[in-house]
Amino acid sequence: MRNYFIDLLTKEAESNNKIMLMVGDLGFSVVENFKEKYPKQFINAGVAEQNMTGMAAGLASEKFHVFTYSIANFNTFRCSEQIRNDIDYHNYNVTVVSVGGGLSYGALGYSHHAIQDYALMRSFPNMTIYAPGTRSEITNCMKQIFKSKSPAYLRLGKTLPKNFKKLYKPNHCAPGKWTKILECKNPDSRKCILTTGAVIDDAVQMQKKEEFSNYHIYSLPIWGMQYKTLQAKQINKWDEIVTLEDHLEDGGFGSYILECNSNIKTAGETKIKLKSLNKNVCNTVGDQDNLKEHFKFAH
Amino acid sequence: MKINSSVLLSKYIKAYTLKMVSNAKASHVGGGLSISDILAVLYNNILHFDAQKPLLENRDRFILSKGHCCAALYATLALKNFFTLRDLNSFAQFGSNFMSHASHKVKGVEFSTGSLGHGLPCAVGKAMAAKSGKKKWEVFVLLSDGELNEGSNWEATLFASHHNLSNLTIIVDYNKLQSLTTVEKTIKIEPLKDKFEAFGCYVSEVNGHDHKELEKSLSKTNKKNSPKVIIAHTVKGKGVSFMENRVEWHYKSPDKDQLEIALNEIGVML
Repeated sequence: MRNYFIDLLTKEAESNNKIMLMVGDLGFSVVENFKEKYPKQFINAGVAEQNMTGMAAGLASEKFHVFTYSIANFNTFRCSEQIRNDIDYHNYNVTVVSVGGGLSYGALGYSHHAIQDYALMRSFPNMTIYAPGTRSEITNCMKQIFKSKSPAYLRLGKTLPKNFKKLYKPNHCAPGKWTKILECKNPDSRKCILTTGAVIDDAVQMQKKEEFSNYHIYSLPIWGMQYKTLQAKQINKWDEIVTLEDHLEDGGFGSYILECNSNIKTAGETKIKLKSLNKNVCNTVGDQDNLKEHFKFAH
Repeated sequence: MKINSSVLLSKYIKAYTLKMVSNAKASHVGGGLSISDILAVLYNNILHFDAQKPLLENRDRFILSKGHCCAALYATLALKNFFTLRDLNSFAQFGSNFMSHASHKVKGVEFSTGSLGHGLPCAVGKAMAAKSGKKKWEVFVLLSDGELNEGSNWEATLFASHHNLSNLTIIVDYNKLQSLTTVEKTIKIEPLKDKFEAFGCYVSEVNGHDHKELEKSLSKTNKKNSPKVIIAHTVKGKGVSFMENRVEWHYKSPDKDQLEIALNEIGVML
């Protein structure tokens, strides 16, 4: 995912000299090509995320579109007040890019588990969350990000879905709009699994089980506080929605959908179930797939 | 109001700061008085700006990182005609843009601050932008001494020095008092000049109430290939006898009688 992201960013920088990529001393074997092609648009801020994020605000205030790149929690939680005060409050054009969303770096331990980031980033009024799960979603998210002038959080997982070629490839994903990923056998079914982020494979595995064989798969890759009012109509279409996210339940994507549902006049008519990570994952180390299996994620 | 002398300007900044804080029953009058001379010299003699065009492309950028002392900045901007002196009456009132920490919603305020340790990193970003675009404008940022406890300042100083940001001037309002007691008793920052020099900056120390010294040190003649740091030795509550060097004036606001005495001592009746 990160390689595809950097390819798109490099391409955009060809025609936009206001793109600025800042890294927190990370990105080995990923950012080199960008750096070589556009050295004046690349800054290694060192291991100092507070300063990186504050500087990003300063650059954005001078009309740059800044991408702050790091892994897991370093460019989110470590500098959360800089994101809150310096970027979001001023509504600056900064995109926080975190690679290793969810348990991508599961073997590296709790410090590298990005499993509370939605809770943080969705609490900022101007922030849009971009959590793509497929290659075409990354393309569409990046198109939106380049077009937008507001704060963005781009959350990238480690790998693209293994069977992504079989999935729908939407040409367009609009902010706040659900995207069809895979239909179930029964086209008339009014049940769906709603994902965000790099959990498409998990949803596909879920659908293969008898219990969820009658559920379509949809994703909502672009969301945030300002798109809550768009959710009612989409929620109302369904009898049952199961949200799926590689994040803890509290403050996450499922909570967001529940909050949106609570604002609907006919609240309660759609049954919403949340599937998220077991909190005990915080104390466990292991490969992402093993951790998910061990804690029965998406079961 | 047209004021062409920095000394006179500083008196009015102090007077309006006192009045605003008193009317609003707000805090931080002591720190506002300690930076009034610095602001007066900056806005009268150093910064390039056009009050009618607050976003003028080639203006110099000034960030007040110690945003809690914004009353003095708002007063300065009003006295320099960014808005009217009457606008200052809404300071810290319901619905006003003139909130009691520096707000970018006020004309001429570059960046909202309030939580300490945010101004310098933003200033460094602006200085990088100017350098990358080969712009002539410069960036000035005013920090408090207590604020230097925040690690983000040292991250930013390392970076600014590494990138030879000679278009950046960091001013430290060194009034020696923090929130509860002296800087010395809170977290020692001495030897401060040596620290900034060790970080690769070009450092000078001045009397932060002496306009000639301030003007000389702030002038845009930094021939060194590094960021400039000016350690301005100041007095918290400067100009008002019963406020000078008293930690309680970090919090208290003068009542009517105290305001009258204070304005008399400053020598400006409003």
